[in-house]
Amino acid sequence: MAEKVLMKGNEAIAEAAIKAGCRHYFGYPITPQTEIAAYMAKRMPKIGGTFLQAESEVSAINMVYGVAGAGFRVMTSSSSPGVSLKQEGISYIAGADLPALIVNVQRGGPGLGGIQPSQSDYFQATKGGGHGDYHLIVLAPASVQEMADLTIKAFDLADKYRMPTMLLADGTMGQMMEPVELPDTPPAEVEKPWAVRGTEGKRTHNIINSLYLDPELLEKTNFERFERYAEIEEKEAMSESFMMEDAEYCVVAFGIAARVAKNAVVAARKQGLKVGLIRPITLWPFPKKVLAEAADQVKGFLSVELSMGQMIEDIKLATACQKPVELCCRTGGMIPSPEQVLESIEKLAKENQ
Amino acid sequence: MTTQLLIAGFGGQGVLFAGKFIAYKGLMEEKEVSWLPSYGPEMRGGTANCSIILSDEPVGSPIVSNPDVLIAMNLPSLDKYEDATVSGGSIFIDSTLIGRKVERTDVKAFYIPATKMANDAGIPTLANMIMMGKMIKETGMVRFDDVVDTLKKVVSAKRANLLELNIKALEAGYNYNE
Repeated sequence: MAEKVLMKGNEAIAEAAIKAGCRHYFGYPITPQTEIAAYMAKRMPKIGGTFLQAESEVSAINMVYGVAGAGFRVMTSSSSPGVSLKQEGISYIAGADLPALIVNVQRGGPGLGGIQPSQSDYFQATKGGGHGDYHLIVLAPASVQEMADLTIKAFDLADKYRMPTMLLADGTMGQMMEPVELPDTPPAEVEKPWAVRGTEGKRTHNIINSLYLDPELLEKTNFERFERYAEIEEKEAMSESFMMEDAEYCVVAFGIAARVAKNAVVAARKQGLKVGLIRPITLWPFPKKVLAEAADQVKGFLSVELSMGQMIEDIKLATACQKPVELCCRTGGMIPSPEQVLESIEKLAKENQ
Repeated sequence: MTTQLLIAGFGGQGVLFAGKFIAYKGLMEEKEVSWLPSYGPEMRGGTANCSIILSDEPVGSPIVSNPDVLIAMNLPSLDKYEDATVSGGSIFIDSTLIGRKVERTDVKAFYIPATKMANDAGIPTLANMIMMGKMIKETGMVRFDDVVDTLKKVVSAKRANLLELNIKALEAGYNYNE
């Protein structure tokens, strides 16, 4: 590993993508993720890569579709309103079974909303977003180091399962600086016999397509895709458990909300409250098993989110509503304070003794 | 041991740069570090602030709402964050730009005419580093050694001529006695 440097989360994503072998970036500027595009604009020309600022987000995602079809590592990044614009293209990429990385550094919504951090695109990221039956693998970093590590992981998973992946961050994670260590290891070499790169007259041509006019064939394709999704749900769910060993109450939070929640958990422990934290790292697949196990152990859950309550539904599903699940949230670009989370923990404990 | 630092002032005063210097110094002293800027539709002359946390343990929330150490580079910043500073904390004030005193009696207050000192020394853009020098002296948040190595990390190679001026500013603040 190289020496630790201070980097903004956005820059760490960009540098990690380059380390992962991504040489093609297409984007359109929007706060609070513009540093990714700026970094790529500076670096890509020097390493024989492509940086292209498209005329719109719709163009950018379709350029990603093209490069993904050619079998090269490719990415785009944006923030909430821009990611909404990309949804049609993301659905096509999923429908054509192509690997690509989409980064969403979320800001408050709906509409143009604001530019301050938010997690209110959880539903969009984890439940499809575009039309049709599909999923993205969604990774939620909670530190600048994870912004880098999960970017590399996202490329690897995308190639492994031939599907688009999303890094779901927020304005705070994008703008903050922390020490980060980037790996020196070369990117994974992946064979892509399906890619359209010219046949050289040696084989029949590959076709990249998401159009299936025969419903039986489309159904079969969707069934096959969902077999892959089932394997991903089985194998790839990731989460961090903090102080859960003897916990009687469980806080669930991801990304920046988990950072705030961790402070509150430590403060609650000092008061003698047995509280732990489960931090989903993959939002799809959601770490259902870990939560189901926690449901046998704890008296109640608290979902801490920068939205009006979206992940809370997945917690209820994963735990089959066996225990109460309460919500502690801020929205519109506001971030809960550790004190607010602590108050919610105290209330949960009082009401579920 | 965790120290939460909030540096606040106008855009253009080098608030973010000063924070980055402290964060890098912390990193080089092998502390856990976070640096978070306010961001928004801000411009030169608007408000700017940044949260820096140095700790022996992994940093939880990177947002500093109750600073142990507040650097106020203008009056709106002092008005906004004086009450938020923790009891027993320290407030450093650029007394060239802030006419009033700290009203709290449960915090330590330091008054440094940093903007005037910077102007007099011919380094008008480095009042921020004068403030850092004094802050380091009084709080020991980081050590006052190897600052050149740290500055090399935060001053771009193209502006290497500014290294010495930054050191001059840091020393002026460090050696300033009210």
